Parts: sequence; C-alpha cells; structure tokens
Amino acid sequence: MEAYLVAVAIIAAIYALLALGLNLQYGLTGLINFGHVGFFCIGAYTAGLMAQYGIPWPLSFLSGAVLAALAAWPLGLVSLKLRDDYFAIVSLGFSEVVRIVVTSEQWLTNGVQGVTGVPKLMRFLGNGLTQPLAVLNLLIAVNILVALAKLRIVRSPFGRMIEAIRDNEEAVKALGKDPAGFKIQVLVLGAAVAGVAGGFYAHYIGYIVPEQFVPLITFYIWMAIIIGGVGRISGAVAGTLILMIIMEGSRFLVDVIPSVSGVKMASIRLGVIGLALVLFTLYRPQGLLGDFTRR
Amino acid sequence: MTLTVEGLTKVYGAVRVVDRVSFTVPTGDIVGLIGPNGAGKSTLFSLVTGFLSANEGLVRLDKKSLDQLSSVERARAGIVRTFQVPREFSHLTVRQNLMAAAPKQSGESLADLFFRPGRIREEEAAISREVDELLDFLRLSHIALTPAGRLSGGQKKLVELGRALMTRAGLILLDEPFAGVNPVLIQEIASRIRDLNATGISFLIIEHDLGALTRLVSTLHVMDRGRLIASGAPAQVLANKQVREAYLGGTS
Repeated sequence: MEAYLVAVAIIAAIYALLALGLNLQYGLTGLINFGHVGFFCIGAYTAGLMAQYGIPWPLSFLSGAVLAALAAWPLGLVSLKLRDDYFAIVSLGFSEVVRIVVTSEQWLTNGVQGVTGVPKLMRFLGNGLTQPLAVLNLLIAVNILVALAKLRIVRSPFGRMIEAIRDNEEAVKALGKDPAGFKIQVLVLGAAVAGVAGGFYAHYIGYIVPEQFVPLITFYIWMAIIIGGVGRISGAVAGTLILMIIMEGSRFLVDVIPSVSGVKMASIRLGVIGLALVLFTLYRPQGLLGDFTRR
Repeated sequence: MTLTVEGLTKVYGAVRVVDRVSFTVPTGDIVGLIGPNGAGKSTLFSLVTGFLSANEGLVRLDKKSLDQLSSVERARAGIVRTFQVPREFSHLTVRQNLMAAAPKQSGESLADLFFRPGRIREEEAAISREVDELLDFLRLSHIALTPAGRLSGGQKKLVELGRALMTRAGLILLDEPFAGVNPVLIQEIASRIRDLNATGISFLIIEHDLGALTRLVSTLHVMDRGRLIASGAPAQVLANKQVREAYLGGTS
C-alpha cells in the first residue's frame, strides 16, 4: 500500500510539474497551449535515449529541457504573432507532429516499440521504498524550485508586462513593447519545465512509447489547472491532486463493485473527470483556489 | 520630432475612410484634429501609428520613413498614442499601469531577473518615484492601488495619458484625452501638456471639447468624410463656412 501511494505521488508530482508550466503559460500570460504533451514527449525521449548511452540523468534532464525549449522557440516565433486561437491549433498540431515523428523515426526511437529499459533514478538506493521516496523528494524539490521561480517572475516587471499583455495586447504595442517577445519567452520557459517532467517520467515508468504522448495528456493538465484555479500556483498543484484522486481512486471501485470491468472503469473515469470539469465551470468557474484574474 | 503625413489613404470596400490626407506636426507643436463622428480621425491615428496599414500614402518621422515599421517599432521610434475607448490594463493597479509603461526596463528580461536583482531594484525605485509624481499630478494618488478596470471612464483616460507620458515619446497622439474628465482637471492637464510641449514633446490631439482644444493648439485640422477640409489657426478654421457646415451641422 505504501509503495502504491508513493507511486501515485510520484506521478502526481510529475503532473504537477507539467501543470506549473502550463499555468505559467495560460494562467499568467493567456497562451492557449494545446500542445504541452509535445514538450513532455521531447524531454522523455531525450532522457530515455541518453540513458541508453549511460549519460548521467542530470545531464540528460538538462538536455531534455533545452531541446524542448529549442522546439518551442520557432513554434512561438511563427505562431505567437498571430491571434491566440491560432496558437491553440498550431500547438495542438505541433504535439501531434512530435508524436508522429517519434513513431516513424525508428532508427532513433525504435518506433511503436519505443525505448525500453530506462533505468530507475538513483538505483544505488536499492529496491526498497528508499529509492522511490528519494525520487519523490527530488520531484517535490524541483516543483518547489519551479514554483519559486514563477513567483519571482510574477512579482517582477516581466510579470507585470505579461499581465498587461493578457489585459490588452494593443495597448502594450502602443507603448513600444513587443507582446510576441514576452510570449515566446514564457512559452520556452514552460516547455523547458515540461521537458524536465518528461525526463522524470521516462525514468520512473522505465519505458516510453509514442502512445503515452497523446493529446489527452495535455487536456488532463488543462483540467487540473481549470479545476484547481487558473493562474494560481497552489491551484495547479491542488488541481493535479484532485485529478489524480479521481483517476487513481476509480481503480479501487473495481474492487468494490466487481461487476464493472477494467475497460468500463477507464471510460467511467473519463466521464467522472468530465463531470467534475462541467460542475466546476458551472458552479466555481474560478477554480477551487480562485483565479488571480478576479482578485 | 516632425511628423509628416502625405496622401494617406485607407479604403474599406467602396468607402474611403481616410482619403489622401496630408499634414505635418512640426517639432514642438501642438496640433488639433477635429471633425464629426465617423470623419476618420481615429482611423488616421491608427494609420500613423501602424495599427492599421494604409492603402496609399507616406508617414515620416523627421527624415525616417515609418511605412515599413510595425506599431511596436513606430512606438519605439517615438510616436505613442492613446485610444478613444480606453485600453487600460484592467487587472493591474493604476500604479502598475504607469510603471509598465516606462521604457527599457531590465526587469523585463528573464536573464536579468534572476542574475541582476540589484539593478532591477534600483530601476524600479527610480520608476516608482517618477510614477508617484505623475499620479500626484493626475490626481490619481488616492486610487493608485485600485485595479484600473474599476475606474470611471474619465479616470481611465487619465491612466492612458499617464502611460503615454511615461514612455518619453517625442510625439504623443491623444485620442479624446478630455472625454469624461472633470473640467477643472481638463485645465490642469492642458497646462501640463503645454509644459511638456515646452520641453520639446509634440502633440497631435483629437478632441471634441473645442474650447479646451483651441486654447491649446497652434494649428487645427478639420476632417470630414475622410478628407481634410480645412487647416490653419483655430480662430480662422472655426470661422470657415465649410467647417461650420460639416462640423456644426450648418448652424451659424
């Protein structure tokens, strides 16, 4: 049971990291990034493949972050000068392109079979509970670091400007400041965070296949930040926890109600998440912890 | 900074919203632009500042052509505008609205943010002092910490004016700066504009409050249905028969 809880907590912490990145992009700047999973995928494959060559994980995580950021940069350059809704579509397309590229470039990624045998992080800690707990602590530390960096950004002139962009882009232009430049930086930063999350994911799950990086993951993260409260750091974390409780909690229902099969339960789970989302938008549109835009 | 506009034209379908308009705003001048609603005044502002692209015509600042420049680049070149319908940063406080407008802040670079915090603190303190003085002048100090979205129309106009003043532009285009502003304050803003003008900043002002405007400007241009129908000293222009017909509906 403890091992199970630690496992759920690790996945939750990885999702929380993704949520923090998206929160910076959407919650703060208003970027409708529907391709978050693409950056996650780049980070995961970078770490997974580099591990095959025995490259130490801190280096491969950093590479994953840099590669995700490098992918985000031209994407932002071509699409962030356009209207917000265009970026939404372009980013969704981007994440699908990433998934299809890793599916078809077999020489590098082993195609649909994926990359297997990605070693656990800090294996020297043995096979007990110490190793996953260490990973969990590391993840929590990274989450805190990202949250602190985000806080620093929010309270700076940069943060002031991205809020101004959210409020009125034309007025920002009239002052001689380029909204696209700020948005690109935010996109790149959020992508780098997703890249790091990908590294943790690859090492934790132990194998990566393209099917793990479908757009559904992006929308899970969206649900987490909407339920938790857009624009709030605490909201991103709380939303992720609620999402995990619904997703993981529904597994136990199979034991309680034996007549429901696993397949049925997977669909019920999605239904419950959808229902939660609908109820939240109807009765608490600002999310559990409130939306900073309504202060 | 001298603004030169030559033959500027904007066409929507069959309508020439701005029709071959030419004029200059000489360095250190205050120029007024009047005309009935729908005459094309705000569209002209957008063409000059690059928010809309012209079908024909040239815009120059001193000897530099602005035609190929984006709105951001034009603002950086020294032309800053306000909007007829205020575009305040509604979730930022009045104070933050003005602070955001200060040019060239190192705190807007992510690298400096994490590696040169001391420098950012110094800059913020300097901007802060400037903003305090401006807030005091615009009589916005008592609502400095109110989100700008909650202000009245007149107060929002003042916030926009304050933002434009923070940019240190050489030429400021004001679109109805006095709309909704209380009459006493209008006089004070007018005198502030005169003071700023004395330091070399040029103004082009659209305004329906003719009394306040004519006391301020040296030259008045009148637009009607996209065209410039009269230009000259305010008294002379307002006495013009064509202007009276277009602008005042023919009453005399």
